[in-house]
Amino acid sequence: MTPYARVWTDSLTMTRRGLAHWARQPGQVATALLFPVMLLVMFAYLIGGGISVPGGGDYQDFLVPGMLALTMAFGLESTMVALTQDIDRGILDRFRSMPIAPSSFLIGRSLLDMLSSAAGLLVMLGAGLAIGWRWHGGPAQALAAVGLLLLLRFAMLWAGIWLGLVAGRPEMVQTVQMLVWPVGFLSSAFTSPATMPGWLGAIAEWNPMSATAGAVRELFGNPAWQGTSWPAGHPVLLAVLWPLLLLALAVPAALRRYRVLGR
Amino acid sequence: MIRVRDLVRTFGTHRALDGLDLTVAEGTVHAVLGPNGAGKTTAVRILTTLLRPTAGLAEVAGHDVGRAPDEVRRRIGLVGQHAALDEGLSGRQNLELFGRLHHLGGPGAARRAAGLLAEFSLEDTGDRPVRTYSGGMRRRLDLAASLITHPKVLFLDEPTTGLDPRGRAEVWQAVRRLTGAGTTVLLTTQYLEEADQLAHRISVIDRGRCIADGTADSLKTRAGADRIDIVVRDPAQLDRAAAVVGGTVTDADRRLVSRAAPDRLAALTATVTALTAADVEAQDVALRRPTLDEVFLTLTGNGAGPAAPADRPGPTDSDSASDTETETPA
Repeated sequence: MTPYARVWTDSLTMTRRGLAHWARQPGQVATALLFPVMLLVMFAYLIGGGISVPGGGDYQDFLVPGMLALTMAFGLESTMVALTQDIDRGILDRFRSMPIAPSSFLIGRSLLDMLSSAAGLLVMLGAGLAIGWRWHGGPAQALAAVGLLLLLRFAMLWAGIWLGLVAGRPEMVQTVQMLVWPVGFLSSAFTSPATMPGWLGAIAEWNPMSATAGAVRELFGNPAWQGTSWPAGHPVLLAVLWPLLLLALAVPAALRRYRVLGR
Repeated sequence: MIRVRDLVRTFGTHRALDGLDLTVAEGTVHAVLGPNGAGKTTAVRILTTLLRPTAGLAEVAGHDVGRAPDEVRRRIGLVGQHAALDEGLSGRQNLELFGRLHHLGGPGAARRAAGLLAEFSLEDTGDRPVRTYSGGMRRRLDLAASLITHPKVLFLDEPTTGLDPRGRAEVWQAVRRLTGAGTTVLLTTQYLEEADQLAHRISVIDRGRCIADGTADSLKTRAGADRIDIVVRDPAQLDRAAAVVGGTVTDADRRLVSRAAPDRLAALTATVTALTAADVEAQDVALRRPTLDEVFLTLTGNGAGPAAPADRPGPTDSDSASDTETETPA
């Protein structure tokens, strides 16, 4: 077997392992898929009534792209949890003591998480349609929006792998879990940064999640937050650049961290 | 099969291994015995390529662990301190996963998994999630997973820590079967009794160095003379009993008096005579070799002992010796 074939086979085996998990624990999978749906419904019906859409329009149309971006960004957590559990239970040690392609553990993890995120995205789009969200752009733009969402997830995935390898223990994940909430809300996901105090609004505008949310709004033809700032005017460009920048930092850092385990 | 020379591993300023020497012959079971923090796990992690040594030589199956880790990985199996299994998957799925990672292919992995489940008496539970397994079953599955490719050298890092006596017996039995099949085994343990039961040779390590090496018998001989244990019926007579037999009260709760017995049977006769003359009623008088606990104390010269009494797997010495006798098939 050539080295490349080995990486591929081993990565697929790792992915298969995750899929077997899903088949064994349908309850867990359902919870993971439905949690963002619950958030969406909460915001749409419990909180949304009190939020006015910048520039007018339907809050559902404003909210759904924001929730999609939030769901992708929160994927960081699930990647981290899965990784630290494997480390904590000694499963990674066993893999590392076996003659397998070293990168396959991480590649398998990223394949699996992308699969689950794609499934989650489909469920969220369905839920959005169910609460009255519609897209107004063409199919090509809609596909581009989905692509940008998955790109954000891919970047968060590698950030999660890196953080998981650095943390090594599930307890550390709790800290990250707490931190993702303020970071998630300090964005344009739920409301316009213009309604926030000046400096906070500025941070929210530059938040990579805001970029993706804004880009998705633009591509779906949904109402966007009004802003005169540069990030408000270039959401699609930023929604491409931010994840790429994150990937450029996280992928080498994660691979390096993985290589030096045991140094 | 394993050759370790002057192995050093530091973590910051802490020297976890401080010039460890170890030689394990092919086809033998070698126990690395030592208290918590002696460096046992560090040694196993280096030998299984999980950790790089700071200095020194470490070879497994003829390959240097640092220079040819993949060659080493092809020839070893590892059972770590925690059962490295996927809790959510069944025993069979776990074995098939590891089989696929060893490139046995789908059908090959399935065949090997079925064979191992049978070999480790896990056929009935093979399709239940590992989460529902007992500690002993998990360890057996863990052991099975490490044997998928018939490794030349098997590493067991404290294989029975945390198991109840029944789980321990199950694991011991599985290890004994392996050695019958000619696999070289290196096991670490805090339990002297475990080393005594399973290993051909024992290396006692303390603070990252090997402080003694030999068979269980030779180590016991080094620790000195045989002992006589007397269980006194009336606790009030403990001190008197100790005085007349020339020994000490070693365990007041168990009403135990011990004395050295360099001349064995003569000492036994003298002890019984002395007790009778002093009118001390003894429940039990027994001649025995020194326990490895005593060996360890003699070798290290400190009172640390191999394991704190609180985390012993079972009652010490005489009790556990009798419960293992019934488990020993050989």
